[in-house]
Amino acid sequence: MNIEQQIRDEAKKLLENGDVEAVIGFTQSTFLGLPRPFVARTPEDAEKLVFNRFCRYNIAGYVHRMNGKKIAIVAKGCDSRSLGVLIAEKQVDRANLRIIGVPCEGMISRKKLEAKFGKLAALRKISLNENKVHAETVTGEKLSADIDELLHDSCKRCMHRNPVHYDVLVGEPVEENTDVNEHFAVAVEMYEKPASERWKFFSEMFLNCIRCYACRQACPTCYCEECFVDSRFPHWLDKGQHPTDIIFWHIGRLYHQAGRCVECGNCSEVCPVDIDFDAILAYQAKKVWERYGYDAGVAVDEPPPLQNYRVDDPQEFFL
Amino acid sequence: MNDFKPKILAFLCNWCSYAGADLAGVSRIQYPPTVRVIRVPCSGRVNPLFALKALQVGADGVLISGCHPGDCHYITGNYYARRRFAAMHDLLDFLGFQMERISFAWCSASEGQRFAEIVKTVTDKVKSVGKNDFYIKDNFVDEMPSAKGA
Repeated sequence: MNIEQQIRDEAKKLLENGDVEAVIGFTQSTFLGLPRPFVARTPEDAEKLVFNRFCRYNIAGYVHRMNGKKIAIVAKGCDSRSLGVLIAEKQVDRANLRIIGVPCEGMISRKKLEAKFGKLAALRKISLNENKVHAETVTGEKLSADIDELLHDSCKRCMHRNPVHYDVLVGEPVEENTDVNEHFAVAVEMYEKPASERWKFFSEMFLNCIRCYACRQACPTCYCEECFVDSRFPHWLDKGQHPTDIIFWHIGRLYHQAGRCVECGNCSEVCPVDIDFDAILAYQAKKVWERYGYDAGVAVDEPPPLQNYRVDDPQEFFL
Repeated sequence: MNDFKPKILAFLCNWCSYAGADLAGVSRIQYPPTVRVIRVPCSGRVNPLFALKALQVGADGVLISGCHPGDCHYITGNYYARRRFAAMHDLLDFLGFQMERISFAWCSASEGQRFAEIVKTVTDKVKSVGKNDFYIKDNFVDEMPSAKGA
């Protein structure tokens, strides 16, 4: 029995027994190769759930939005760690949550798919076999590509492909990448460049920002009632496109992700101007790992690093 | 550049660093007249984004100082602060920010001499990178020179 059918059966069982009010997962959207997040509320809905190599979004954030209800969620490695962060921060009650864990072999990036095959709206057919994606456009052109070259950047260096927290595991666990150096290579490589070059690179990238805040909306761990960017009092930053305001927004958002980001890559994936946060978030995760030995979303019974302290924390940057 | 007097905003905790600055004053220890002090109840009160905001609205440098670890008036405030500052420091450092402009220090109420030295060090650091054209919002300038890679 394939994973998709197992997920449907599990969801159906939970909904029929009344264990949960809703199951959060993916369903096919109008675009091929772009399943959308979906809330199944009836056993019939459960039949609409899909799961394949295109289910790239981290959907843990929906749990927080439906807080207080009994909910089940289809969780890959990254979703389960985001849930771990939400549970550790006491935003979500684990008792209300049924996690259907699904091992993940890495997901296909929409941006890379579009770069290869053109707009998804112009695809008539898309299919997957072993290591290849085959597509047919509306003009009848047949295209194919290796899955490996379409993988999301975050998925390529992922160290938690198997769900960390789950109630039922669907499918067989997959092999994990255990090399931390490989995981953080993207950050180390960038940090080797001189500071002025990095500032030029990042500020130029940030200045493309149109301040749509899609990165914030897509982030499973951005849940503040009032974001600092919307706050009038204190008035952190102005509306408008002054470089300092744009960069302030990005630094502020990224600072709030320290020790909480699970590097799912949702923010980079949804960015309409292709800002790539991967290296920055990897570096933050690396420093939190080095300083405090903390891997975001894995431990649910200890407070997150910025809500915690040790007497002998490193402080080499103090005068 | 030698006559450049930087404007440095200092966030000092009420119980240690502010008293340290006071001691430096009453002991008549000479130090550069470059700091403008904001007294905060504890270094834990300081949101690291304050530093960025200060630079944006015109400071040339920022100093954040509180009680030594273990001496916090509120027992644990500066431990939490330390982790926050570390997170902010690492992020700005990675982005290639001019780290000379943002300094963190511990300074107790009895360390008047040390406070003077900290201010000297910070002033020298800020002087080495000059006036803040790096991250400043000037109403008459629509562009930030450093963001153009200048």
